[in-house]
Amino acid sequence: MNKLNFLRPNIENLNTYLYSGIFLISIAILDVSLSSFFNTNITSFLPNFISFLLPLILGTVGLHIIRIEFSGIKNLDLLNKNINTNTFNAVLSLLIIFAVIKSIPPFLSWFIIDATISGDTKEACTGTGACWTYIKIWLNRFIYGMYPNELQWRINLSFIALIGLAFVGLIPSEKFKKFLTLYYVVIYPIIAFVLIYYLISGGAFGLEWVETGAWGGLSLTFIVSFFCLIFCFPVGMFLALGRRSDLPTVRYISVGFIEFWRGVPLITVLFMSSVMFPMFLPEDFFMDKLVRVIIAISLFEAAYVAEVIRGGLQALPRGQYDAAKSLGMGYWKMHIFVILPQALKLVIPGIANTFLALVKDTPLIFVVGLLEIVGMLNLAKTNPKWLGYAMEGYVFAAIIFWIICYAMSKYSYNLEIKYKTDR
Amino acid sequence: MSDPIIKIEGMNKWFGDFQVLKDIDLSVEKNKKIVVCGPSGSGKSTLIRCINRLEEHQKGTIIVDGTELTENTKNIEAIRAEVGMVFQQFNLFPHLSILDNCTLAPIWVKKMPKKDAEELAMKQLEQVQIVDQAQKFPGQLSGGQQQRCAIARALCMEPKIMLFDEPTSALDPEMIKEVLDAMVNLAKAGMTMIVVTHEMGFAKEVADEVIFMDEGMIVEKAETKEFFANPKSDRTKLFLSQIL
Repeated sequence: MNKLNFLRPNIENLNTYLYSGIFLISIAILDVSLSSFFNTNITSFLPNFISFLLPLILGTVGLHIIRIEFSGIKNLDLLNKNINTNTFNAVLSLLIIFAVIKSIPPFLSWFIIDATISGDTKEACTGTGACWTYIKIWLNRFIYGMYPNELQWRINLSFIALIGLAFVGLIPSEKFKKFLTLYYVVIYPIIAFVLIYYLISGGAFGLEWVETGAWGGLSLTFIVSFFCLIFCFPVGMFLALGRRSDLPTVRYISVGFIEFWRGVPLITVLFMSSVMFPMFLPEDFFMDKLVRVIIAISLFEAAYVAEVIRGGLQALPRGQYDAAKSLGMGYWKMHIFVILPQALKLVIPGIANTFLALVKDTPLIFVVGLLEIVGMLNLAKTNPKWLGYAMEGYVFAAIIFWIICYAMSKYSYNLEIKYKTDR
Repeated sequence: MSDPIIKIEGMNKWFGDFQVLKDIDLSVEKNKKIVVCGPSGSGKSTLIRCINRLEEHQKGTIIVDGTELTENTKNIEAIRAEVGMVFQQFNLFPHLSILDNCTLAPIWVKKMPKKDAEELAMKQLEQVQIVDQAQKFPGQLSGGQQQRCAIARALCMEPKIMLFDEPTSALDPEMIKEVLDAMVNLAKAGMTMIVVTHEMGFAKEVADEVIFMDEGMIVEKAETKEFFANPKSDRTKLFLSQIL
């Protein structure tokens, strides 16, 4: 039997090492937590400098003692492998853990403990934390923009209907399955357009007309993102195919289109769509600002989508084209059944990337006077009654955007897994 | 003597400045089995890829089953539908199951009802003995099984001619036999076949004629027995001495 040697821990006295190591680490974490949460220093009797470094030293020694390979305890092995491979690694891990512990209290106090949510005016916010009252009071505007309060049920209704219709694909019916792609690619967007055109915009069936300038907030973010995503994808797909076409005219037009839209900043495109574009139109021809913006963003993003899809097309081996051709398939059959399904599957991450960028680009439509959620925040923060709460507003917007984008990226991961059939 | 089903006259092909095929004359009668051999880079793959116009020729004529291969896309697609092809790299569609690989072209090119196409596919898969793998995806199969599936896929179009482009070159030695067996069965059933291969055993067993190509030209074309017993040109003799 080996003697206890704390410089070279070994497996024979596993429990002794384990308990003493865990004891030291616990003291280290306890010390940091106490000083972080209760502002007390249990090692104040020590000289300042040592008292400051003590948790790190104790933790490092503790981690050293429990660094025993092949201990047979699953969690210990996992811990050693991931955060405790050597002294440097252990110090780094401890510093990160301490930093997290240290940053929790100020974060919590700003967010929750010292925050205010009661009251209706700025005067209610007396604490040092966040003023959620501001968000609460303005929430309606952040979601619906300048849309009249008594008509907001129209937005709610159309969004609920659209979400409901999106789940049609889950109906388990063999007969219906064949039409699902058609439904999602063609019918669903048409329904969405009709709903938004008649229900949100109004002007028919006895519904009061609400001009698009009054639309805004989160609902506008959704409307713009939704239509841009739907339009830019097929356009981008055709551009990608066009760029690889054998017909010179088609190829040059596609290349020219893609390079033009990729070469200009989105903000200029939006400006052009709103200021320049109407000048080229005949006097009596009217196109709504929102429609122009959606078309502009769609074409802009389509150029990016095209290049992403082209990457997927190029990644396919030539043999796939040969095989499809040798079976007598023409250009469209070959692409629809053989090439595109594989190419699109390859570029799901790239397309998700482009789509996320698109959603996060929507705030730029403020340059043409359309105020989606960030635009409404900017408006609200300059309101004389509510000056000085920009921070809360931006944190709120960040959380909203994060939720939307995280949901989208999760969905794209699921798609990747769903269509993974090989290799 | 019946009319040839494939007739190639004075065919030339260039890749840029490099001439890959020089004055190829070849006619293949129905139900004949032709083996094409030769060193790598001699143009044998290009030759059979020209027959279903996966490659374009620049000079001369190719007539397949009475139709001349020209720019006319409709003709090309019609010819491809009745000329099956099997590739060195299998080229199965990895996103479709084995069964769907086989039924895709019959359903969408020949407009066959789905049920009939599946029946036909199962029959062809039975022929090459992978019917039990029908629901799997190509990535889950061994090389030999994939190549047999590729043969079944081509046969599902009920072609009049089958082209094989080095079908066993990418396979492990123990899998070559199962693929060759499938090809021998096909030959015995009377299919017109043009096979590019280095498997001389296969050539001796099934071929009616053997063609030896070098540097883009047909150096020698002879009945199988004649070809192996007394090759005429020195180049053929050298090649045979190295390969046998």
